[in-house]
Amino acid sequence: MAFLEIARLEKSFGPLRVVRDFNLTVEQGEFVSLLGPSGCGKTTVLRMVAGFEMPDQGAIRIEGKDVVRQRPNARKIGMVFQAYALFPNLTVAQNVGFGLKVAGVPRREAVERVAEMLALIGLPDLGARYPFQLSGGQQQRVALARALAVRPRVLLLDEPLSALDAKIRVSLRTEIRAIQQRLGITTIFVTHDQEEALSMSDRIVVMNGGIAEQVGTPFEIYNHPTTKFVANFVGTISTLVAEVEDPAAGEVRVAGQTIRLPQPVEAPRGGRIGLALRPEALHLGPGDGRDTMLPATIADVQFLGSVIRLQLHTGGTTVALDTFNRPDLPPPQVGAHTQVSFAARDVIVLEH
Amino acid sequence: MRSAKLWSWIALIAGILYFFLPLIGMFEFSLRARRGEYSFDAYANVLGDPAFRATFGYSVLMALFTIAFGILLVVPTVFWVRLKLPRWRPVIEFITLLPLVIPPIVIVFGYIRLYNTSSWLPLTGSAMGTNLLLMFGYTMLALPYMYRAVDTGLRTIDVQTLTEAAQSLGAGWITIIARLILPNVLVAVLSGAFLTFAIVIGEFVLAALLNRPAFGPYMVWMGANKAYEPAALAVIAFVVTWACMALIQLVTRLSKHTRAQQR
Repeated sequence: MAFLEIARLEKSFGPLRVVRDFNLTVEQGEFVSLLGPSGCGKTTVLRMVAGFEMPDQGAIRIEGKDVVRQRPNARKIGMVFQAYALFPNLTVAQNVGFGLKVAGVPRREAVERVAEMLALIGLPDLGARYPFQLSGGQQQRVALARALAVRPRVLLLDEPLSALDAKIRVSLRTEIRAIQQRLGITTIFVTHDQEEALSMSDRIVVMNGGIAEQVGTPFEIYNHPTTKFVANFVGTISTLVAEVEDPAAGEVRVAGQTIRLPQPVEAPRGGRIGLALRPEALHLGPGDGRDTMLPATIADVQFLGSVIRLQLHTGGTTVALDTFNRPDLPPPQVGAHTQVSFAARDVIVLEH
Repeated sequence: MRSAKLWSWIALIAGILYFFLPLIGMFEFSLRARRGEYSFDAYANVLGDPAFRATFGYSVLMALFTIAFGILLVVPTVFWVRLKLPRWRPVIEFITLLPLVIPPIVIVFGYIRLYNTSSWLPLTGSAMGTNLLLMFGYTMLALPYMYRAVDTGLRTIDVQTLTEAAQSLGAGWITIIARLILPNVLVAVLSGAFLTFAIVIGEFVLAALLNRPAFGPYMVWMGANKAYEPAALAVIAFVVTWACMALIQLVTRLSKHTRAQQR
């Protein structure tokens, strides 16, 4: 039995169905991200787990018990909000201790727990400050400590990093993940940032239009997206249009060349399919084990530091290609003629 | 340039004279109770009058009850409207403004008709019931100020997110209102409270027509029957009001997190 189980969840706001037939099981200690564009229903799912929204249908079970009819303050779920939501009239220590006081934890024990939490988030000396005296990153860490102090069964993070600067965002996501793993707390994280989801999660749920498009590990989601939406939303892809020659053998034709895909194609002979390629699957010039080679023209060069991202015209379309920077080799010039190669096993087949 | 500065000085001095001359005149007059010399006789008469002490004490007590009742009524209402019924805000705001439009005399006659001794709720039948009725009336008179003050106070905080954060930490409604909402609007509530105090202390119509021994009717009676004492009374009333305003300032300064918000 899963620790947290969401089954057939439905929610509409007026005529708008924001969550449709949403199913998810989360194991104890797992870090699951809900990833999707704004309006995809990810925050609504989170708010239903927290108890701030009432589902129209479906069940949310924690440790086997349905909590849908339970009030938010009885669910023992910790939540961190995008807007920090620290209580402005209380000091940092009082904020962190708020839940303990409400729960009637003895004073001495509460003081100890608050100190422990402040140490956990790396702000042991800021207990006497007020929220307005802290930076955004510090405030969000205090919010995390406050949510964790009551030892909740599940931790919900609602885009906690979105309001922060890029640099703090990256350092804080590492920190949140480390704390989550150290405490082994079951966590659901809502974000629209694929990099956050990929780097922090055990599993990702990619949501679109109120449904879960795909559930899987970051590796699976990135390398084997099952729908066009997931392939497009997570990472960058370039799509080459191919004509099916032999569906059973997985043979397709691109720009006058026949490619043999590792699996059969689910399209009729003569039909068109999309071959999606990640920027790192493409190689400039011939490469080891990359049996398909297409002529190409350099359309754009972006020097990103360690990586150079090229846009190339090939096979009637534009593809993105990533190559590592080499100090001994200047990046190619725009307009230069070259070749790109890729391996058939790196191709993601999408219905066109 | 120079003449503009001159004119602004003249305007300022004229304003100060306009405001302070009557006060100074009144104060000077209040000191003339003893023929040929200045004295505080009028003040001594007023302060020594048992009726003054009784009516002032009564009104202060009524003011305190009105403030307490007003806070209990307004803070949860404003909180709830902001949290759950934002669409009703214009309606509630309109209702709270009604006391400014409807004269107190209409309200009190309405009260007397509704709660007289032959009605289903004969509040005017006993002194206690009438006191209660008077307090409700005062609460209503103070409603526009109290509601607005608290509403403005709540606007400075993100009520919904803070409430949800508190709920997820296990807090119930009473804890949320008492430990989060009230402290965050304390300065607003206090300014509403001092305004309520000022209104109750000076109110005449409700108290007179409900026949309660309040300070307002006493002031009117004094004005009709004495020469120097009303002036002394007016000065005392001013001092009380100013003391209230000074208290508002003091409280605002003492509140640490509020000071930060205003920065």
